[in-house]
Amino acid sequence: MWSLPLLIIVTTILLSFPFGRYLAWIMDGKYNPPGWLRWIEDRLDTGAQNWKQYTVALMLFNTMAFVVGYAVLQLQAFLPLNPDHRGTLSPTTIFNTVTSFMTNTNLQHYSGDQHLSHFSQIGFILWNMFTSAAVGFCVLAAIIRGLRGDSHMGNYYKDMWRVIVYAFIPVSLVMGVLLMAEGQPMTFEGQAQIATVEDGAMGTAPDGKPNPQMIVRGPVAAIMPIKHLGTNGGGFYGANSAHPYENPTAWSNFLTCVNILIFPLSLIVMFGRMLNNMRHAMVIYAVMTIMFFGMAGWAIYWDTLHPNPGLTAHEMQTYEAADATAPGGKRTIDSPMIAGLPVDQELGNLEGKELRFGTSAGATFAAITTAVTCGSVNCMHDSLNPLAGITPMTGMWLNCVYGGKGVGMVNMLVYLIVGVFLAGLMVGRTPEYLGKKVEAREMKLAMLALLIHPIMILGPTGLFAALDWGRGATNNPGSHGFSEILYEFSSASANNGSGFEGLGDTYGYYDNQAPAPFSPHWDIATGLVMLISRYIPIIAPIALAASLAAKKLTPFTAGTMRTDNVTFAFVLLGTVLLVGALLFLPAAVLGPVAEHLGPLPFGG
Amino acid sequence: MSQATLVQPPPVHPGSPEDLKFSRRESRRYGLFAPHLLKAAFRQSFAMLRPDIQWKNPVMFVVEIGTILSIIFTFIAPGAQLKYLIQLDIWLFATVLFANFATALAEARGKAQADTLRKTRKETPAFRLRETGQIDQVVSTALQAGDRVVVEAGQVIPGDGEIVEGVASVDESAITGESAPVIREAGGDRSGVTGGTRVLSDRIVVKITASAGKSFLDRMIALVEGAIRQRTPNEIALSLVLSAFTLIFLIVTAALWPMALNAEMYMQSSPYLDATQPLKSLGTDVPTLVGLLVCLIPTTIGALLAAIGIAGMDRALRANILAKSGKAVEVAGDVDTLLLDKTGTITVGNRRATQFIPLDGYTAADVGRLAAMASVADQTPEGKSIVDLFQKLPVEAGASRLSAGTLPLEMVIPQGAHFVEFTAQTRMSGLDLPDGRKIRKGAPDSVFKYVQHSNGRIAPSVQQQVDEVASRGATPLVVCEESKLAGLVVLEDILKPGMRDRFERLRRMGLRTVMVTGDNPLTAKAIAEQAGVDAFIAQATPEAKLEYIRKEQADGKLVAMMGDGTNDAPALAQADVGVAMNSGTQAAKEAGNMVDLDSDPTKLIEVVEIGKQLLMTRGALTTFSIANDLAKYFAIVPALFAGTLPWLKAFDVMNLHSPTSAILSAVIFNAIIIPLLIPIALRGVEYRPVGADALLRRNLLIWGLGGVVVPFVGIKLLDVVLFAVGVIQ
Repeated sequence: MWSLPLLIIVTTILLSFPFGRYLAWIMDGKYNPPGWLRWIEDRLDTGAQNWKQYTVALMLFNTMAFVVGYAVLQLQAFLPLNPDHRGTLSPTTIFNTVTSFMTNTNLQHYSGDQHLSHFSQIGFILWNMFTSAAVGFCVLAAIIRGLRGDSHMGNYYKDMWRVIVYAFIPVSLVMGVLLMAEGQPMTFEGQAQIATVEDGAMGTAPDGKPNPQMIVRGPVAAIMPIKHLGTNGGGFYGANSAHPYENPTAWSNFLTCVNILIFPLSLIVMFGRMLNNMRHAMVIYAVMTIMFFGMAGWAIYWDTLHPNPGLTAHEMQTYEAADATAPGGKRTIDSPMIAGLPVDQELGNLEGKELRFGTSAGATFAAITTAVTCGSVNCMHDSLNPLAGITPMTGMWLNCVYGGKGVGMVNMLVYLIVGVFLAGLMVGRTPEYLGKKVEAREMKLAMLALLIHPIMILGPTGLFAALDWGRGATNNPGSHGFSEILYEFSSASANNGSGFEGLGDTYGYYDNQAPAPFSPHWDIATGLVMLISRYIPIIAPIALAASLAAKKLTPFTAGTMRTDNVTFAFVLLGTVLLVGALLFLPAAVLGPVAEHLGPLPFGG
Repeated sequence: MSQATLVQPPPVHPGSPEDLKFSRRESRRYGLFAPHLLKAAFRQSFAMLRPDIQWKNPVMFVVEIGTILSIIFTFIAPGAQLKYLIQLDIWLFATVLFANFATALAEARGKAQADTLRKTRKETPAFRLRETGQIDQVVSTALQAGDRVVVEAGQVIPGDGEIVEGVASVDESAITGESAPVIREAGGDRSGVTGGTRVLSDRIVVKITASAGKSFLDRMIALVEGAIRQRTPNEIALSLVLSAFTLIFLIVTAALWPMALNAEMYMQSSPYLDATQPLKSLGTDVPTLVGLLVCLIPTTIGALLAAIGIAGMDRALRANILAKSGKAVEVAGDVDTLLLDKTGTITVGNRRATQFIPLDGYTAADVGRLAAMASVADQTPEGKSIVDLFQKLPVEAGASRLSAGTLPLEMVIPQGAHFVEFTAQTRMSGLDLPDGRKIRKGAPDSVFKYVQHSNGRIAPSVQQQVDEVASRGATPLVVCEESKLAGLVVLEDILKPGMRDRFERLRRMGLRTVMVTGDNPLTAKAIAEQAGVDAFIAQATPEAKLEYIRKEQADGKLVAMMGDGTNDAPALAQADVGVAMNSGTQAAKEAGNMVDLDSDPTKLIEVVEIGKQLLMTRGALTTFSIANDLAKYFAIVPALFAGTLPWLKAFDVMNLHSPTSAILSAVIFNAIIIPLLIPIALRGVEYRPVGADALLRRNLLIWGLGGVVVPFVGIKLLDVVLFAVGVIQ
């Protein structure tokens, strides 16, 4: 049970060192490519850019991605490679989906196997997975150049080229072949029609004939590697990595997990290499790893070692609620006795799990996918035991326990700057980071990057929780329903894309007669959250790095706070945990904690 | 800020230096909470409730607005028991008052300091010297920069200025607290005088350099009073962080209202739990949410931030340092390199002759005699010390004529001898005897040149001996008689006691000390090693100092130096922290950003510590303030939902008596921690020179971990007390 998560993390950590060195080598342009690749690269290189030029290039590229993506989805019905005749999605869903893939979120308010053509999968999803993942990567590279005091931030287009051509494509090719060998489909053919062994197993048509089983196929193996390597997470199938075609075996599940983690971990090593400050990078690596172990351990402990409370017997319980109007200021609430179900719960909570991966695979996957903003899932997060559900939420709230490739490190840097500022003052000097003084402008940018995320999660969650928009869309009442709302906005703001599920947020095709009633609200709200939470928290740190780059290097003295030792590791860990707890503790208490402590099953 | 709230120090008979001295010492002795200061601060804290004053402090402004909102809701739409809400309002209001009180107390202390200083700024009669030579009497406040005034014994110097004529002993106790008079004279590096000090003897003409109201002292008075406090760069950055945290917690709290509404709605529509009647929680009660907001936003540091800054200036003033701005004090904490003059800082006063080394054909007594004769005209302390040493030499049996002893030197020197004074060109002084013999004493290379010029010979061993003396940190002088080398005089520096420890302390603070000396490199190196400084600038000229500072700054280092002479002015201006001695010239004082009233060269160390303390106190209290929030969550969140989600009681690890008691306890804790921390804000967090890492560990434990733990205990205690007293159910 513990061996699977350990195997995954240890393998990835071991791989991250050679990988990280390779990435630093690539991003510093030390390679010597064949002539034709060099020729393309030289065409792309528009010269050294300062932070504003770099940001403009980035935004320009993303705007283009939005326009092209929107066109492809809008015209889906008329474009080729559409063997199953998929129609046109509703405009809000298209807006949400285009935003979602452009921002590396991959929140899916549609079902890939039901609503997208092969052309859309290849011509929209696939290239967005490469480019949106590369954006975060490039941002980190630019920030590192700023931190080490380069005179410019690099060139955005050249960075994109390097990441995609020398990092993503080769690894994706290898992974694609390995996954195909495990049984992932790779075809342009449409659905396969299969007669079920038992007549009517798929129900019967109105004319009384048994329905055949329709199995959706497509270029799955092309999409899967980058879905995980780029921490994208948007599934080809609605069931995502729980689907046997997306994740056929325990071995593919293992590969998938390593794939998800490999780039975020390698980037820390790259950070150290490029800065030529490996000790500092290792402190960050250690802090992230400690938090990751905590989160994964928590999820596995509460999910795999505890029974599903929905299936166990409950005593009758009486609660005293404070009520100023009632005599004595108290009112009692009774929860009735519930008999347990005759289910063997020795293996922990098995609801919503794919047991072919192992009992702890669901909780492990949930921890990994949310820690690094991947967002693919191999179990139902909705079905995790309430307290275990805190892990995926925490992963998205902190968004820096490894975090998405590039952006995770960038988020960590924001926490780090806050920690450096407070701790730096405590040693009696103007705070310094990597020899550069951290002053008002840097703090303004860091705090801007820091406060967007909680505002974008808590604000909309509050709004939707109080209105029918939210309460009318949740499948479950009570704290669990609240968690569904909270999770959705956390996922959108963290650019994670995983779903707690249980939320009626799918409109479907434009001509759908009975869409989920509040799905347009969800489409628009999460779309806006994804946009704001994507760009402000990466642009502000670029400006921050540029501002540090322009400063004079202060020499290191005995009075300077070190950023490469155990004390600093505690500063960093303390900052992340304390700030994270202060921002999200009330929401966590109202959702998973209240669900865990309250009577079950809740709401009848 | 009205003058009515000014602190009145104990009455003194104005004018007499004795009284000024008394009041100056008295003001330093005020405890942190002297009653008259408390009273003034208390009144002032109400005056500061004005929103336009609060607006300058965003954190406390939010508290004030929140309190008003809470009061309005208490009486318009009470969502809970009135008794509870009124107590909540009172404590929210108290939070604002406590914050004002902290600032007002710091200002009051500053004012008390400033008032005693201001006594020296009283109108005094001034005797202005006209171009024509006439003298007319005006009042000191009418003086303009550039005026010349005559000050005679017993009169008070009417304004800051520079002596252009005469020498006088001056009693500066009014500003330094030191009773020993000091000598001030025209033309040298000790020509600066401060207004308000008293001439004890002689008559001087002073050129006024600062118009009334614009002197260094005036600026400092305004600074410590907090009247013109400009926020320093670090303070601005910190205020930004605090404002951002306030904004974040505003969102967290505001979002709780709809979330609590959500819980209320689903609980009352839950037939399963038989809770069909409307349930209400404190989570939708606006005053309670204001209470939560006030607990979460960093009110502790927000309330004390201004006080910390003012107290820093106050501490500087107590150390007799006048700073031009708060920024100057803060920058001192960042200094990497200290330039210290050797003479007076590292060594006691001047070098003294300690040994005569004879060369071929001479005895030590001969050398002593010749050196003493050559030094008769040399009025420098070094020259005098040579004569002293000669006169103390034991009388040797069979010594040559006029060997040594008690014989007055004058008798040794024949009539008609001609004194040759020291000049910077020749770097020698000496005596031309009537018989034509020429005795010279001076720096080895000058004397060697002189000897060679007169066709003398210099044995190679002489240079060896010279180097040997220099290499042990002493300064060799060479004495010659005509073209013949007679011997060496060894001048030695006397190190001040305890300097090695101080430098070690500085090293642990991360500062590099650089000794500045006019000595040759060999001597400088030896003294540097003896004293334990990190580096030295030998044969230093003002240009060399300036050059060194520029070089250090180019490497990103911040440099502090102390100086007094006019020729130090460029370096003082270039240095990041330039401390001019009060005894120094006006040019030096204008160029630096601080003035040390005591003219104590080791004061730089104190300046650095005050700067560091200032930053540390801010960092420590911010960390404490934010760390406090965790416990408040554990108290308040279950209380907020006790009406709708009673099972959250399990989250209440402090096991508080009731929801209202939990919220009140948290709000009260948040309020009273402010006055409890005022002493630390005013005194500053203790600085220890143990290196950044150890310091950080210590502060993290005390303020970080302590900040997490203390409120758990405090809130629980308050809850027990509130319940026992019965003010809340």
